[in-house]
Amino acid sequence: MQIVQQLLFILLATVAIYLFARNVGRIRRNILLGRNEPESDRKDQPSTRWKNVLLLAFGQKKMFKRPVPALLHFFVYAGFVLINIEVLEILIDGVTKGGPYHTFEHFLGSFYGWVIGFFEILAVLTLIAVIIFLIRRNILKVPRLNMNELDGWPRRDANTILYIEIALMTMLLLMNSAEGALHLHSGEAGGFLISQLIAPALSGLSDPSLHTLQVLCWWGHIIGIFAFLNYLPYSKHFHILLAFPNAYFTRLEPQGAMRNMQDVQNEVLYMMQPELAPPPPAEGETTPAPPRFGARDVQDLGWKNLLDAYSCTECGRCTSVCPANQTGKKLSPRRIMMATRDRLEEVGRLINAKQEWKEGGKTLLHDYITVEELRACTTCNACVEACPVGIEPLDIISQLRRNLVMEESNAPGEWNAMFSNIENNMAPWKFSPDDRDKWMEEMNAAG
Amino acid sequence: MQIKTLAEFAAEGSMPDILFWVGCAGSFDARAQRITKAFAQILNHVGVSYGILGKEEMCNGDPARRAGNEFLFQMMAYNNIQVLNGYGVKKMVTTCPHCFNIFKNEYPALGGHYEVIHHTVFLQNLINEGKLVLKGGGSFQGKKITYHDSCYLGRGNGIYEAPREVLAALDVELVEMKSCRSKGMCCGAGGAQMFKEEEAGKTRVNWKRTQEAIDTGAKVIAANCPFCTTMLIDGVKKAEKEEEIVVMDIAEMIAQSLQETSLNNTGQ
Repeated sequence: MQIVQQLLFILLATVAIYLFARNVGRIRRNILLGRNEPESDRKDQPSTRWKNVLLLAFGQKKMFKRPVPALLHFFVYAGFVLINIEVLEILIDGVTKGGPYHTFEHFLGSFYGWVIGFFEILAVLTLIAVIIFLIRRNILKVPRLNMNELDGWPRRDANTILYIEIALMTMLLLMNSAEGALHLHSGEAGGFLISQLIAPALSGLSDPSLHTLQVLCWWGHIIGIFAFLNYLPYSKHFHILLAFPNAYFTRLEPQGAMRNMQDVQNEVLYMMQPELAPPPPAEGETTPAPPRFGARDVQDLGWKNLLDAYSCTECGRCTSVCPANQTGKKLSPRRIMMATRDRLEEVGRLINAKQEWKEGGKTLLHDYITVEELRACTTCNACVEACPVGIEPLDIISQLRRNLVMEESNAPGEWNAMFSNIENNMAPWKFSPDDRDKWMEEMNAAG
Repeated sequence: MQIKTLAEFAAEGSMPDILFWVGCAGSFDARAQRITKAFAQILNHVGVSYGILGKEEMCNGDPARRAGNEFLFQMMAYNNIQVLNGYGVKKMVTTCPHCFNIFKNEYPALGGHYEVIHHTVFLQNLINEGKLVLKGGGSFQGKKITYHDSCYLGRGNGIYEAPREVLAALDVELVEMKSCRSKGMCCGAGGAQMFKEEEAGKTRVNWKRTQEAIDTGAKVIAANCPFCTTMLIDGVKKAEKEEEIVVMDIAEMIAQSLQETSLNNTGQ
C-alpha cells in the first residue's frame, strides 16, 4: 500500500512540476518577445540591483508606506516563504514514505517542535490576514480594490487566491491537530504550539478517523500546493515569484529620466552632419528595415516592460496616486499593466497555436490601450514611485505616445501648435525669439 | 549690476562661473518672468559671476519629448548642445525643474555634459556657505506656508529637502499638504499637459492639488517651478481665494525678504 502511495505522490509531483515549468517557459518566451533594453540591458551595477532585491522584494520597503496592508501582507509573505520549508518536508515524506512521516524531526530532534510551532503561528497569522483581505476587498470595499477595471476575472482571481490560502492553512493546522489528538489518546502531549489547542476538540474522534483526517489533510495540503503552483502562471499572483527578478532589473537612473531613442538621435545627427552618416548600402545589399518609432504592440516594448506586466499583482497603489485617475480621467496605470499582460498573453496564445507569430489584427495601442488614456498622463512618476516591486507604467505610456505622434501624427491640435512653435520660434509658445531676453533688458535698464 | 549674455562675455574674452538657463517660461511668460527677475536679483545681490544665453537660448525640447515627438526633441537638443559646448559651459543653474531634469539626466547621452543645479538647491548652497544672509524672514517670518513639491524636482530627482531648508531660513511656519514629498501630487502641467486641455474627468488636476494646499490654511503656497506656479494660481482663482492666498516661487520669497531687509536698513 505504501509503495502505491509513493508512486502516486511521485506521479502527482512530476506532473505538477512539469506543467508549471512548461508554463513558466512560455511566460519567459513571451517576456523575451520584448526589445533589448538599452545599453547595459539592465545588468549593470549588480550590487545596487541586489540591494534592491533585498530592500524591495525581501524587505518590502515600499509596501510599508501603507503600514496596515503592509503588515498583513508581511504575514502572508512570511507564511508563504517559511511554510515552504514544511512543504519540502512533505515532498520528502511523500517520495520516501507516501504519507506524513516528519522526516525533519529525525534531523532536528526536539528543535523540530519549535520549528513546526513557529510555522503554526505563521499559519494562523496568514489565516487572519487573508480573512481581513477578503473583508477589505468584499465588505469594506477599499476603493483601489474595487474599480471597474477589476470586474470579472481579476476580481475572481483575487478572491480565489485568498480562498486557496484559507484552505491550505486550515488543512495544515487540521493535519497537525489530528495527529495531536492521536497523541492525546496514547497519553502523550498532543500537537504543537497551536495544534495542541485544537487537538482536544478532536479527541472525541476514534483513532482510525483521526488517522484518516490527518492523511486526508496531508494529501489535501500537498495537492492544494500543486494546484496553486499551476494556477500561479495564469494569475496576477505570479508576483510572488517575479517580484524578485523585477526588483533586480528595476531602473537605477533617476525616475525623471526618459528612455533615449538612439535611432532618432542618429537620424538627426546625420541630417546635421551628413559626413558622419554611414555609407548607403552597396548594390544588391538590402537596407535595414526602418526602426519602429515608439511602441505599437507588446513586442515593440522592452522586455522589462513585459516582465513588469507579469509582475503586477493589481494592487492598485499606482492608480490610487495617479493625478489623472484621481480627477476622474480614464487613465489608470494599473490598467496599463493589465492591458499589456492581456495583450502579451494573447500574442503568446497566437504563437502557441500557429507556432509562428504573424503581425496583423489587433495591437496594444488602440485595441487594448486607448489614446484618451495615454493623453491624460502628466508623466509625474507617482505610479512608478508607488509600485512596491519597481514596475514602471510610465515607461510604457511614453513609448506608446511616441508611436502615436511619430508614426500616426496623432496629436491634439494644441500639441501640434506647440511643436510648430518650438520648431519655428524655439519656444512652445508663439513669441518672437528676439524677445527672449527682454526681461534682462528691462532689468538692466532699471539698473 | 548689469546682466550679460555669454556672447558678451566671449566678446570680452572672459566667461562667467555659471550659466543661468532661464527657460522658455521664465523668458516669455509674464508671471514666470517675475521669478526670473527675482532670481537674477538674488544672483546680483550675492555677486555671483553668471551669464545667460539670451537670444541664443532655445527650448530644450522637454514638452516635445514628453508628448512623444522625439524628432523635435533631438533637433532641439542637438542645437542646444552645439551652443552650450561652443561656449564651453560646464555649470548651469535653472529656475525650472523640467529644464533641470532634462539637462541633468537626458542630455548626457547626447553629448551634453554639464553640472546642472536647480535654483532652490543653489539658494540653499548660498545660504549654507554664508553668501546669502537673510536677516529674519521679513514679512514671511512665522507665516503659515505650504510647499508644493514639483514632480521633476521631487520624485524625478529626489530633491525634497533643499527647498524646505530655504524656507526654514525664512523662518516660516511650514505646513505640509496631505500628499507631499515622494507622495506629492502633480500640479497637472507635466508631460506637455501645460499645452493642451485636460481629458474629460470629474475635476482638473490643478484644482484638486490647489485644494490640498488651501486645506492646510497656509497664506502662501511656495513653488519651485514656473508651470506649477501657473497651475496653482489658476487653482487659487478657481477657489476664489486670490485675496487671501498667494502663490510664490521660493526665489521670489527670498528676493522679497532681501528687499524688505534692505529697505529696513536704509530706513534706520
